[in-house]
Amino acid sequence: MRYLISRRITQVSIILLYMAANIWGVKILEGNLSSSLLLGTVPLSDPFAVLQMFVAGSIITMDIFIGALIITIFYALIGGRMFCSWVCPINIVTDAANLLRRKLGISAIQKRVYMSRNIRYWVLGLSLLLSFLMGLTAFELISPISILHRGLIFGMGFGLSVVLIIFFFDLLVHENGWCGYVCPLGGFYSLIGKYSLIRVAHNTQKCTECMECKVVCPEKEVLFMVGKSSETVEMGACTNCARCIEVCNDDALNFSIRSYINKNRS
Amino acid sequence: MQKSMMSDRRKFILGMARAAGLAGIGALVWSSVLEESVHASLLLRPPGALDEIDFLKTCIKCGLCVSACPYETLKLAAPGDKKPMGTPFFEARETPCYMCPDIPCVPVCPSGALDVASVTTDGVLDINLAQMGVAVVDPYACIAFWGIQCDACYRACPLLDQAIVLEYARNERTGKHAYLKPVVVPDICTGCGMCENACITEKASITVLPREVVMGRAGDHYVKGWDKKDQERVKNARGGITQTEISKRSAVDSLNDSSGLFE
Ligand code: SF4
Ligand code: SF4
Ligand code: SF4
Ligand code: SF4
Repeated sequence: MRYLISRRITQVSIILLYMAANIWGVKILEGNLSSSLLLGTVPLSDPFAVLQMFVAGSIITMDIFIGALIITIFYALIGGRMFCSWVCPINIVTDAANLLRRKLGISAIQKRVYMSRNIRYWVLGLSLLLSFLMGLTAFELISPISILHRGLIFGMGFGLSVVLIIFFFDLLVHENGWCGYVCPLGGFYSLIGKYSLIRVAHNTQKCTECMECKVVCPEKEVLFMVGKSSETVEMGACTNCARCIEVCNDDALNFSIRSYINKNRS
Repeated sequence: MQKSMMSDRRKFILGMARAAGLAGIGALVWSSVLEESVHASLLLRPPGALDEIDFLKTCIKCGLCVSACPYETLKLAAPGDKKPMGTPFFEARETPCYMCPDIPCVPVCPSGALDVASVTTDGVLDINLAQMGVAVVDPYACIAFWGIQCDACYRACPLLDQAIVLEYARNERTGKHAYLKPVVVPDICTGCGMCENACITEKASITVLPREVVMGRAGDHYVKGWDKKDQERVKNARGGITQTEISKRSAVDSLNDSSGLFE
């Protein structure tokens, strides 16, 4: 529960800080997840949005470039795909859908629809291709992440319907459908965060092979080693949500700072 | 062994082809959605905005300009607004741009979609340079054109007597009154929408529209011969002829054409 609570606190307080800036002028975090100003000075920008701008042919300003660089470096070196489980507001929606899904046992009764985890990389590629061909930021103009996040800060419009579509998609069509398969931003951070330091590590000595971790993990493939070998999760798709750590009663999973000494030995 | 390798490869190629096909369909649907955002652009952008095409690719949709505006003029397009999603715009009839002298919305823009240079003279911000749009009067709905006195838009204009001037004309119907008709000077009008906001008719009779939509261009071969400076433009004139639908045929053919007249 510890991590779940800290994740929710992080997610919600980030949104509240943005809202506070817009509504009451408390200038800690201004703007939104696409681009913001931290404490009125440090620029932060969504590197994927900036990439689309670049491909579309926009002239990237220094502010935006530095902002994107800061975010990229943070996730690439430290956080991994943490954006997804610790920052993104859609995560609250899809987590809720998947919790309900488990409670209702939908995955058990539903005939599995086959979807490939690689769809997100195709969507990512298409975002860039369309941005290039049409001269606009293709994913940004339809992104449900931005729609929800902007909506909370600046007014929702019919944005709620988009959010509901994702909720029901995850609930009824495919487990973790949006975040685990479709979202190109998730794909983008999977690629960037592949070599980051914060990693989940598995210890087979302690593992009793109950496989609870694989039930809750939104990216089950990354836990292929569970019960087989003691390894650190290497795949970028891991969102560092720590659900597996919390659900494990045997203390076989934990966060580790990736140990490079171990890597060199093997 | 050989055979299974073959079929593996075939499977792989087929799989790739299927994925590529699906991606193609996805791209088609997606681009048609995007197409709408390009064409739905009859909207007013904040001061200093790049032209619409560059604006669409440059604005990162952060809303910093929206937060900076003290009058809550600017809004970010949400689903249902039928405007390019997440981009800032304003609706003059509801809340116009009040033309803050310090233009708080422009310097905060991190992406350069709002261009500080375009609203700066000699290093000083100058909101009067903004070109958000241009006001257009409907002479049939505007009651001043009827001869009833109204100068609400004229007085509301922050560039009083510059962007909107009054044209005086004799009212033949009464014989003893004057018309005071509002006329927009497009070169000076910033498109702030203060006039549209103030117009007293049921639906505004003066409307701000994007400049690209409203403004014409005469070209360099029409020249005011009586204006020495204008005369100099002749040397830019290219040999081109403006082609419209009607000018595709010769003038004589056009005049003699009676088809459609007697049916
Ligand atoms: S996959 Fe996309 S929507 Fe899901 S948490 Fe990550 S960024 Fe957000
Ligand atoms: S100039 Fe002032 S009123 Fe006009 S949009 Fe900018 S901040 Fe708002
Ligand atoms: S501040 Fe600039 S980038 Fe941000 S929404 Fe406004 S125009 Fe777009
Ligand atoms: S405020 Fe409206 S009705 Fe009055 S003069 Fe201006 S355009 Fe005409």
